[in-house]
Amino acid sequence: MDWGSVLIDGLLATIGPITAAYAISAIGLNLQFGYAGLLNFGHVAFMLVGAYGTAITVDLGGPLWLGIIVGILTAALLGLLIGLPTLRLRADYLAITTIAVAEVIRLLVRSSWGQPLTNGVFGIQGFADSFFDLNPFAPAELYGFGSLVVTGRKLWVMVVGWVLVALLTLLVRRLIKSPWGRVLKAIREDEDATISLGKNVFAYKLQALMIGGAIAGIAGILLAVEQQNVTPDAYLPKITFILYVIVILGGAGTILGPIVGAIVFQFLFFTIDALMVNAQANISWVGDFLTPAAAGQIKLVLVGVGMMVLMIFRPQGILGNKEEALIDER
Amino acid sequence: MTPLASFAAGESIGGTLVQRLEDEKLPVEGVTITASQDGNEIGTGESDADGKWEISVPGAGIYQVRLETSTLPDGVALTDPDREELPNVEVKDGQDKKVLFPLGESITSSVSTYERVGVLFIAGLKLGAIIALSAVGLSLVFGVTGLVNFAHAEMVTLGAVAAYFFHASSVGPQWPLVVAVFPAVLVGVAFGWIQERGLWRPLRARHTGLVAMMVVSIGLSFAARNLILIFFGGEPRAYPDFAGQAPIEILGIPMVPKQLITIGVSLVVLAGVGLFLQRSRSGTAMRAVADDADLAESSGINVDRIILITWMLAGGLAALGGTFFGLNQAIQWDMGFKLLLLIFAAVVLGGLGTAYGAMLGGFIVGITVEMSTLIFPNELKTAVGLVLLIIILLVKPQGLLGKKERTG
Repeated sequence: MDWGSVLIDGLLATIGPITAAYAISAIGLNLQFGYAGLLNFGHVAFMLVGAYGTAITVDLGGPLWLGIIVGILTAALLGLLIGLPTLRLRADYLAITTIAVAEVIRLLVRSSWGQPLTNGVFGIQGFADSFFDLNPFAPAELYGFGSLVVTGRKLWVMVVGWVLVALLTLLVRRLIKSPWGRVLKAIREDEDATISLGKNVFAYKLQALMIGGAIAGIAGILLAVEQQNVTPDAYLPKITFILYVIVILGGAGTILGPIVGAIVFQFLFFTIDALMVNAQANISWVGDFLTPAAAGQIKLVLVGVGMMVLMIFRPQGILGNKEEALIDER
Repeated sequence: MTPLASFAAGESIGGTLVQRLEDEKLPVEGVTITASQDGNEIGTGESDADGKWEISVPGAGIYQVRLETSTLPDGVALTDPDREELPNVEVKDGQDKKVLFPLGESITSSVSTYERVGVLFIAGLKLGAIIALSAVGLSLVFGVTGLVNFAHAEMVTLGAVAAYFFHASSVGPQWPLVVAVFPAVLVGVAFGWIQERGLWRPLRARHTGLVAMMVVSIGLSFAARNLILIFFGGEPRAYPDFAGQAPIEILGIPMVPKQLITIGVSLVVLAGVGLFLQRSRSGTAMRAVADDADLAESSGINVDRIILITWMLAGGLAALGGTFFGLNQAIQWDMGFKLLLLIFAAVVLGGLGTAYGAMLGGFIVGITVEMSTLIFPNELKTAVGLVLLIIILLVKPQGLLGKKERTG
């Protein structure tokens, strides 16, 4: 096994467009879960809605820029629809509803009922040509140093992705430093006290859910554009859980947590993958029972275990400080 | 149709379509089956005069295999309509993967409205019984600890899988299902015990907040679900006992005996739970803890012990519910997760924390969801459950039997 090339591949995966999209989605989840204390267990639904909003708009003949606006607005609208019946209630009701909504939306999209619009399990392809027309790099050429190279096509998505990460991080930073953000944190820390200060807690929570949802919508659009493809089964519940690990790992309720979390997570995920592939190839008894499918499932088990262990032993993550990690308390 | 087999090392997916009628097996010809991967169609095949079909696929991997129900001849239908598409067919290197689509007699073709409503009502009662069994434990645990345990779904799956192990696994004892269900329930009880002693009690001792606990429970759910997938595989399976039972007719409505057994046994068990809660010391104490844990503790109730009993009861009931779910549909690694939404709807409808509410909610949800297929397509069943959930939250968030207290 060539560890040099594994490291290069790992680095490429870590700085690639997928990581940028995960970081963006995690920024949205961090606003909801980290700052406002909202348990959104269906975050992937916002990504799906954003991606499909864009794809369907283009599919119906609209331009891509309009599709992106439609995608972001539908994701925010989903937040409104979920939030209205649940956010006046205890935290568990939001969790229950979001986990249900995420699955039902995916089922609707792939059902024969949604097929005329969504094309069912086959999805919609090739809707982002006008994005790649703007590509200033030569799509097929390789950019980079030594063996750390990417195609111009991928570089374009990466640049746009990480610029979006930076812009959205600045946006959230500004929101959190504003009076609005202080109220949000106050709600997380003591909802009753915030109510008695005359704040409309419901409205603040609803806004956090919608803004976080819209940001997740952007992440979904980025992923869909990168692959020029949306299919319902790309939006499985596992993405929500990966995002939770990213947010908690980086530090829930910190500005840079989602970015750090996404990068560290992707690197770990890739390293574990490389280790398992290596073990499969070189240790015969491992290869016998560790099929590629099982290796993928083991990684998901680790995601679940990681979520538990982090939440129990280091709820403040890498960047957070213990005093501010108040998600830990009720 | 079979020269494809000469692709010595090529992977393929295939099978034989037969319709089971009583004891007869009739091959079904001319049915289209599609294999796809990640939404891209890979190939299609058609069953020949012997019911055989085969699709060659490019290599090892996970495929989705779909039977086009519109190509089924009249009077033939899938025994389980949810198995129209198998989402997780794993093909290994060089393997000719065999896939099974159990076919039975179509019961919906040219039947009277009375018969259709009757069939759906019985199916709804059956689903309601399964939901009620699974939901009671979730609600009781919420009552005594305040935790919505998202890993409850995996307690349901574990029960079904454990019953499969004791009943049909080649490495298991291969007991008949009616025997295997007992050790399966014990496995559920043990899982409840392990969770409480190994995880939740220590977390309570650390004063971990509820939001953090819910995150932990959903992490546990995700880890457990994928562990089950590793050991059980992605393919749905059925218990060999009672598979392909012929329906009997009561009052002009065809019913499968195992449906009636499910409903009957569930009602008896639920009545037993009710009796336990009303009459036994532990049951009364459980209600007292659910009402006010501090008050219960100060009147001499060992709260930790009661919580432990609740977890064990919840695990056992969920395992029984899971076994019945597997008996009536299929045993699959994510079956509990698929049921979870309906369980939540039932628990919220009845009132979070109330045992009787969960039972009542279970039956209402089960019957509503099944009856909804009179109007909506079958695949939207879960969506109906969600709509129900949201209506309750809007109209009566404390649920039918819940106390009117602040839920916000």
